[in-house]
Amino acid sequence: MANKGLKGEVAIVGAADTAVGKLPGRTPAELCVEAAMAAMADAGIDKSQVDGLVTCNAMAQPMLYHAEAIAEYLQIFPRYCISVGAGGGTTFSIVHHAASAIVTGMADVILISMADSMRSGLTREQAMLVQSSTGHPQFEQPYGPTVPAYYALIAQAHMAQYGTTESQFAEIAVAARAWAARNPAAQMREPITVEDVLASRMIADPLHLLDCSLVSDGGSAIIMTSAERARDFPHDPVYLLGAGEGHSHEHISQAHDLTTSAARESGARAYAMAGVGPGDLDLAQLYDCFTPTVLVELEDLGFCDKGEGGAFAESGALRPGGSLPVNTHGGLLSHCHPGNPGSMFALTESVWQLRHTAGERQVADAELALVHAQGGIMSSHTTLILGRDR
Amino acid sequence: MSRILPPTTALTQPYWEGCKAGELKLQRCTACGEHQFYPRTLCSHCGAATLEWISACGAGTVASFTVVRRGISDAYPAPYIVALVDLAEGPRMMSNIVDAEPERVFVGATVAVDFSAWSEDVSLPVFRLTDNGVIS
Ligand SMILES: [Zn+2]
Repeated sequence: MANKGLKGEVAIVGAADTAVGKLPGRTPAELCVEAAMAAMADAGIDKSQVDGLVTCNAMAQPMLYHAEAIAEYLQIFPRYCISVGAGGGTTFSIVHHAASAIVTGMADVILISMADSMRSGLTREQAMLVQSSTGHPQFEQPYGPTVPAYYALIAQAHMAQYGTTESQFAEIAVAARAWAARNPAAQMREPITVEDVLASRMIADPLHLLDCSLVSDGGSAIIMTSAERARDFPHDPVYLLGAGEGHSHEHISQAHDLTTSAARESGARAYAMAGVGPGDLDLAQLYDCFTPTVLVELEDLGFCDKGEGGAFAESGALRPGGSLPVNTHGGLLSHCHPGNPGSMFALTESVWQLRHTAGERQVADAELALVHAQGGIMSSHTTLILGRDR
Repeated sequence: MSRILPPTTALTQPYWEGCKAGELKLQRCTACGEHQFYPRTLCSHCGAATLEWISACGAGTVASFTVVRRGISDAYPAPYIVALVDLAEGPRMMSNIVDAEPERVFVGATVAVDFSAWSEDVSLPVFRLTDNGVIS
């Protein structure tokens, strides 16, 4: 059943990122608070006007009651306060929940703020734990799979099934870097070629170093409110037009299909709510922890047929000037990836694209954007459709 | 530094005991006849709770694999092969393919189970290519 109740009911009215990259000496909580204050300033509101707060935990500074700790730090006293953990999919599932909370009256103005210090803040033990705690503790972890290895299993299966090539995966990294070159905030801006990706060292076959996302410090925040209130804020509101989730497994060894993901379901649900299809979108921000993730999402979200993701990427479609601008900020591959908060930056970028304030990387006349994230190993998917008009 | 050891539970005890004895134990549902992995309290096909332990034949094919070039810790010297193996009985499991040149492993290759000691008390199923991975 399609949930039509959220279409056009809520809007994003504030957005801000901290600097990203290597930020030694700053705790994740400090970055989370900095992003929060900047998003409130962007929305032109005071912290006393926030009555809902959503955060995600930080691996470099784990807290039992994360959102409560951030509220305490900020000295705000919300009536809706929750921290959510769904890996990379956290950001957009949170937006989905927060939208529902606004529609049902649980809160009027919700601050979503997330930050982590994966680059500078992890102790050796925490870094090991991040690496080894993914996977089933009994039936996967003992075999020594690394995070890239899980995605390599998907890539290898796609290559065997559809003839996808390493060069086609590499093109996704090249396109991301071409966008990042236009983004002064991006961590990696030097243009790269397919040859550069293939020449970078192999991490887990067929994934090279440049097929893997960055490791970063950074934080990002947005402010959401009802569409009705949204008109009173200083910037053009960015409306939530569609939201859908799909959840297929937790562990990759339990996935019913290695090359087709629950992005099919999350996308179909978001499209149904918004009443649009893949051909209507001006840009897409697709979760890109590793290049094959994007390739599978392109197919499952209907931007090309199943098995055609490689050829689609190879056509240059994702690059600046291409038919489907993807990850216009540079994505996790070239902008930044501070862990679970990673896709917040795809969200704030979408806000700027739809406000038409994205500078050199602005997609001309952008009206509709799709943002998609997944958590786990292609496990937990959320698709959002955002637009300038209700 | 030692390799990651699986925490054992009462439910999965027969599996670990099987590994130690050189047998790959799977659960089979007496209601629908399907096999499943990993072990659960209920059948992942029909939901019945009537599960029995059987010994798998140990044959499988590679559903996917990767050569890990940067090991997860010093206890896992790279390169090593992490694979998803489809067992002849139906279920899929993660494992290592051992004693194989990475170039010889491919999706669809045939493999057979073996057991490897992870500690004095715990053995894990691993797989070897059979006949260079090609069905003879
Ligand atoms: Zn059954």
